[in-house]
Amino acid sequence: MSTLHWAMVAPFMLALFVPFLYKHVRSIHTGWFILPLPVALFFYFIRYMDIVQQYETVTETVPWIPSLNIHFTAYVDGLSLLFSLLITGIGSLVVLYSIYYLEKEKEKLHHFYVYLLLFMGAMLGVVLSDHLITLYLFWELTSISSFLLIAYWYKRERSRYGAKKSMLITMFGGLLMLGGFLALSVMGDTYSIRELLAHSSTFVNEPLFSVALLLILLGAFTKSAQFPFYIWLPDAMEAPTPVSAYLHSATMVKAGIYLVARLTPIFALSPLWIWLVGGTGIVTLFWASFLASRQTDLKGILAYSTVSQLGLIMSLLGIGALAFHYNFAENIFIVATLAAVFHLFNHATFKGSLFMVVGIVDHETGTRDIRRLGGLMTVMPMTFTIALIGSLSMAGLPPFNGFLSKEMFFTAMLRVLEADIFSLETWGILFPVLAWCGSVFTFLYSFLLISKTFLGEYRPERLEKEAHEAPVGMLLAPMLLALLVIVIGFVPNILSDTVLAPAVYAVLNGLFKPGEGVDVHIAHWHGWTPEVFMTLGVIAVGTVVYKTFPKWNGVYRRLPERLSLNHLYNRLLEWMEKGSFALNERYMTGSVRTYLIYIFTAIIALLSVSIVLKGQWNIEISRFAPVGIYEIVLAVVIVAGALTTLVSKSRLTSIIALGSVGYTVALFFVLFRAPDLALTQLVIETISVALFLLCFYHLPKLRDHGKGYSFKLTNAIISIAVGVVVSTIAFLSHAYKPFESISQYYVENTYEKAAGKNMVNVILVDFRGFDTLFEICVLAIAALGIYGMIKLRMTKEEKLEK
Amino acid sequence: MNNVILRTITAVVVPIIALFSIQLFFAGHYYPGGGFIGGLMAAGAIVLLLIVFDIRTVRKMIPINYQWLIGTGLLFAVGTSAGSLLFNVPFLTHAYRYVHLPLLGKTSLHTAVLFDTGVYLVVVGITLVIIETIGESD
Repeated sequence: MSTLHWAMVAPFMLALFVPFLYKHVRSIHTGWFILPLPVALFFYFIRYMDIVQQYETVTETVPWIPSLNIHFTAYVDGLSLLFSLLITGIGSLVVLYSIYYLEKEKEKLHHFYVYLLLFMGAMLGVVLSDHLITLYLFWELTSISSFLLIAYWYKRERSRYGAKKSMLITMFGGLLMLGGFLALSVMGDTYSIRELLAHSSTFVNEPLFSVALLLILLGAFTKSAQFPFYIWLPDAMEAPTPVSAYLHSATMVKAGIYLVARLTPIFALSPLWIWLVGGTGIVTLFWASFLASRQTDLKGILAYSTVSQLGLIMSLLGIGALAFHYNFAENIFIVATLAAVFHLFNHATFKGSLFMVVGIVDHETGTRDIRRLGGLMTVMPMTFTIALIGSLSMAGLPPFNGFLSKEMFFTAMLRVLEADIFSLETWGILFPVLAWCGSVFTFLYSFLLISKTFLGEYRPERLEKEAHEAPVGMLLAPMLLALLVIVIGFVPNILSDTVLAPAVYAVLNGLFKPGEGVDVHIAHWHGWTPEVFMTLGVIAVGTVVYKTFPKWNGVYRRLPERLSLNHLYNRLLEWMEKGSFALNERYMTGSVRTYLIYIFTAIIALLSVSIVLKGQWNIEISRFAPVGIYEIVLAVVIVAGALTTLVSKSRLTSIIALGSVGYTVALFFVLFRAPDLALTQLVIETISVALFLLCFYHLPKLRDHGKGYSFKLTNAIISIAVGVVVSTIAFLSHAYKPFESISQYYVENTYEKAAGKNMVNVILVDFRGFDTLFEICVLAIAALGIYGMIKLRMTKEEKLEK
Repeated sequence: MNNVILRTITAVVVPIIALFSIQLFFAGHYYPGGGFIGGLMAAGAIVLLLIVFDIRTVRKMIPINYQWLIGTGLLFAVGTSAGSLLFNVPFLTHAYRYVHLPLLGKTSLHTAVLFDTGVYLVVVGITLVIIETIGESD
């Protein structure tokens, strides 16, 4: 195992020790033991920057199941490094924050940190895996650990609801994604993403191409909370705030983004990909930013805002895929990919800090409801400053980093208009329009977030606790993030060469050679362009909307709850549960008669269909033996016996008639020269008739006893059909005898080899004695079973009597 | 009820049935018969005793636990089959030999008979276990 692999498994290994640390070192908050790991990992991954900056990659392989070609292959390039740095960097800050957020005495910290470490390891696995199957393994691990973290306060009903919802939706997507991965590996005949990327251009015409594309996209969309699968994310806000900050803003929800970015070179040639990724992204951006403004819960606002920002990144990735359709020289779409990567980074910084701020407000006031909050600016000045920086960056205002990436976003959206393929020249206009509208709403909710929480008048009587500034330790992590927001805002180019350019190079794999040209775009972030006017428009319209918000706020109330996707999800679950229950109730009646009807009907249907399909209708009469008078007489007798059994009114008659059938069968054995069979049949028939009589004697005195059978048409039809089908098969198979019987061997060798003359008996005890051995076992089991049933019943009765 | 006729006839008939059962069993390899039908016949003889006398009397006459009989029979069958393994031949390979015995003359000794003995004992055992168990229950 290489150091890279140790880095990947380190969180899992530390997770093993967390409970011991928690149980035995009670005086120190368990988080302090966790903190060094993500910090160390962060600095470990920083070291890769030198390699990645040279457009070189690192690959390390550890075999897992070599016979199935499954390996733990770790692969570091620009994209995975960017994600690894986010995961470990924000992970460190979140752990630091959680130390002050979660109380040592009240909370089950060992649960929390085990889950968090599991998540961190899984997420690192997702972004560093080169192998599709291990990627899927880590992907599901993130789902599971996220499920555990959302339901951390498992005694709350809402937590369990949110955890179940996120589990169902992300697992649904994850499984579909596995299907997509398998389709992809079938197409490329390899599981390695690198190798798939290497010959990706040949996939477009494969029949599985669209299947793989759709399934993988479903996986990515469910994970990254895209429309219409975003509904789990607002409900996941029941998790502790550090979890929301880490999983549901900065890392896990970006796993889908990562996947889309990673597989862009494979699927980018398809118009379906561009429209689905870009279209879904832009719709999600618009819809979620629209919905965010109506939320009254601070974390609700941030959840919808996260969804909307993820939509933004997704749409940029979709447009960025257009770059594969044009020559590199005049390529104007690379900027979209650059914007996506840049915004990905920016979003992680400002959204992480905003979540932490909201957690502080919750922690210090006891509520997150904006209708009860207000005027905290003077009470919590530090928190306010951080929130302001984060919100302005989220709204896309200068001089923060959100402004830069939003400008690039507008640039990319405007450039869609210049595309002349895949009907983008006509419908492409939707992109800038929706982007602009979405930005207005983003501006609106960012300002609502600030004004409702921090501005206005301070009303302590509405709050559960008396508000005061948070401790420094809690403020430290959001402060660092806010600092990053500002620094990137002022000097974005410290990122561009080190992180962003290699990441863009990784996303647009194979499009250009290392170091060709992308850098120019990053440096180019100034000038009087249409984008600036769009931003000015956003600010102007946004301010107007914000000022008049109470007047048209009623629009949201008009939105019927019944049409919401949440309602649809709840009804769907309810309907599935009720439907399957009703279905089960309907066909699992509990009556053996019904099940027999199913079984026989199935037999009839399957057999008759296969007879008809085969169409072998030759009945060979030449093979029939001549029929003598004895056979006819016995046949008449046996038919009469069978009919009597069927129609007799008394059970006694039926038993006797059944006996007559048995003895007639014995006579048939005599007639067809089977003396052993005849002997046995006679004795066995006698015993079974005696047993029947015994049963008859013990029957309870029922009301309808002796009234005979009741005729049911369905039963008659089914039994006649079974008879007809089986007879037909008997006739047909009699005509079809492709091989000679092997009985000649026995005839010849019974005396020669087995020293016997009774061939039946020699076969039973010698040639095929194995069957006999187990048949006597069957008999023994039957006898012991009868003994057990009767004796045990008696002891049970005796016990009851006592 | 005085069923002296029945008892007397039974006393005469049961040995005949028993002999017939043994004949069927030993003849099995050459003529119709064998362990299965032989066992059933032997059980039939004991059933006749059960009908004429009561269970307790018959137990005194034939002091055999029939469950043990089943086990013994299975042991016979498995033992015979597994015995062949000792001679480095596949499971259930029978061996036979002709010997000259006083009185009987040329006779074939065949391990298949041992196997059949297992069948015989099991059949006698199960039939009587079933019938006695049912008969004893109320």
